[in-house]
Amino acid sequence: MIDDLITALGAEFVQLSLSPIVIGILAAVACALPGNFLLLRRQALIGDAISHVVLPGIVGAFLVTGTITAVPMMLGAGVAAIIAVVMIEIVKRLGRVEPGAAMGLVFTTLFAAGVLFLEVTDTSSVHIDVQHALLGNLESLIWFDAEGWGSLFDPAALATLPPQLPRLAIVLVGIGLFILLFWKELKISTFDAAFAEAIGIRTRLLSFALVVATAIAAVAAFDAVGSIIVIAMFVCPPASARLMTNQLGRQVGWSVVFAVISAVLGYVFAGYGPGWFGSPYAVSAAGMIATISGIILILTCLFGPQRKRTGQRAEA
Amino acid sequence: MSFIEYFISALFLQAGYNSALVAVGAGLLGLSAGSAGAFIFLRKRALVSDAISHATLPGVGLAFMIMVAFGSDGRWLPGLIIGSAVSSAIGLLMVEWITRKTRLTEDAAIGAVLSVFFGFGIVLLTVIQTMSSGRQAGLENFLLGSTAGMLISEAMTIAIAGALAAAFVFMLRRPMTLVAFDPEYAATTGVNVRNIDLAMMGLALIVTVIGLKIVGLILIVALLIIPPVTARFWTNQVGPMIGIAAGVGGLSGYIGAVLSAAEASLPTGPIIVLIAFGFFLVSALFSPLRGGLASALRHQRFQRRVHRRQGLLSLARREPIYDGLTLRILRRSGMIRRDGVATARGRVAAQKAARDEARWAVARRMLPDDSAIERYDGLTPIERMMTPDQIDEIDRIIAARNGAKA
Repeated sequence: MIDDLITALGAEFVQLSLSPIVIGILAAVACALPGNFLLLRRQALIGDAISHVVLPGIVGAFLVTGTITAVPMMLGAGVAAIIAVVMIEIVKRLGRVEPGAAMGLVFTTLFAAGVLFLEVTDTSSVHIDVQHALLGNLESLIWFDAEGWGSLFDPAALATLPPQLPRLAIVLVGIGLFILLFWKELKISTFDAAFAEAIGIRTRLLSFALVVATAIAAVAAFDAVGSIIVIAMFVCPPASARLMTNQLGRQVGWSVVFAVISAVLGYVFAGYGPGWFGSPYAVSAAGMIATISGIILILTCLFGPQRKRTGQRAEA
Repeated sequence: MSFIEYFISALFLQAGYNSALVAVGAGLLGLSAGSAGAFIFLRKRALVSDAISHATLPGVGLAFMIMVAFGSDGRWLPGLIIGSAVSSAIGLLMVEWITRKTRLTEDAAIGAVLSVFFGFGIVLLTVIQTMSSGRQAGLENFLLGSTAGMLISEAMTIAIAGALAAAFVFMLRRPMTLVAFDPEYAATTGVNVRNIDLAMMGLALIVTVIGLKIVGLILIVALLIIPPVTARFWTNQVGPMIGIAAGVGGLSGYIGAVLSAAEASLPTGPIIVLIAFGFFLVSALFSPLRGGLASALRHQRFQRRVHRRQGLLSLARREPIYDGLTLRILRRSGMIRRDGVATARGRVAAQKAARDEARWAVARRMLPDDSAIERYDGLTPIERMMTPDQIDEIDRIIAARNGAKA
């Protein structure tokens, strides 16, 4: 038993599975952190909208630069996210329509434009396609040069880590710092915007900063894991956490725990699960991570200590 | 035949029976999507349909697997439609259940259901890819839609189902309107609000599952949202709004299908969505009711009226005017000369404005609760709001006050 575990966690594990798992965890947590505030501000679907417009952003960046490298792609996606947010605001004001409809109009249109660009321009020579945008390629982010756990202390081997890993780590630290530094402001403006305004917090700037942080998390995570996980991680772990506690600090903590569990279990089930049923093939890790986060949400909906709405009867 | 020629012949259904049927099917789909979407939009639940459409994917996968297990090739469209309907119904009920039973809001429930169902569907698709019959399943086409190689029987299925959904909307239009605008009142008149809500979402579900093949599940929600938003720019009444939404949806579906048939490399779903967006853009800019151009003009006209009025009042009080726009407006309407001195016409108009302002001031004190006073905007001449004898009385008060001062 112990021997099995040691072989399971041996050199092959470090080479093939360690970096996808770490990347999955980093992406999940980077999305779950801002997701907590989006959830409480009833903007949960902003993440959905943003992750749809990442595709046209990337295609646009490719059309402009002609290359498929990380920096222009991330810039393009970021620009597209900001354009989308501005467009949503314009449609909302001009048409006086509810935010949901404005959002749905904008992100479907931009996504359609992205797909069409992709089809009419000759991007077939490079590796971008819709499937990749949706699913990412978590399984392929392996660490070629790793020879075992010792490689973690070998600078030469560390330099060959998939670039998504350090990128996501930096993004995660950035988002963590943003939330830590503006904790008080975010908390007050989330729960009582009018009071926040009255004590001199610039709420509009803050909510824009939150959207930007969301976009950065979405773009960085998207490259590694695809938009499915991004949407799931923005919503599911914070929603589950919301049903566990009434305190914001603990909610954020729970959401991180749930995000990590989803990433690890999702990857393990996707990679090793089919083997337990005698199938030699793996299934989509991105899809499985989203599925696990959904199962966690169902469990908290059924058993979470704070699942009921307070202030009104549960049975209407 | 050039692209344009082909496009035009296809537009008038001359480009062959099959593509004509696909175009008509897409048109009927758009028609039912636009009209069903109108109610969902008015009920302010547009994005619930996003959850419904993403939740179809596991159903498509499972239906395929079940059909393969029973020995068919798994691509029979009605079977896939039934499977997707079942799983999106489960998704819809999950959204309802989460919002009703827990403290989570509807947007969180929507986001959770759409991402989890879609993720699980992707897991199933990767399983199917490893099945021997799954390699050419082409189920990915359900993501973005495709009319290439569509069978006549499939086009028929879509056309008939689209027509049925449109008829269903027509039958339920009255209770759905009632619930969309005033659910409490609807409940007191004996309408079962929850059932009507479910019927509304059920319509979205039907549109979604029949639209899977043509538009694809990621973008079908656009056909439910964009036409009603577009229609809203042209009318403030429910009946015409639904008509316009149906028309926009139908035309988008029809033209989009024709275009993608004429240029086979273009995916159908995105084209239909972008055409619908084109309708939206034109409406948002040029609709006389709420379009951007009309509102800009209205704003400019209002601004001019305010500047003119304030300029005239300054003239009457013999105050200097510094504001460039005010000076320009007064000069152009012949109220002042180029050097800023009032003309004869300007003096008359200024006195009239000052008298109006003085009358309003008295009227406000005299009748603080009058409905005419509440509509005081500093621009409307008092003659338009009050009767001549009211104005006579106001003038008497002003005269008496001036007499006392003198």
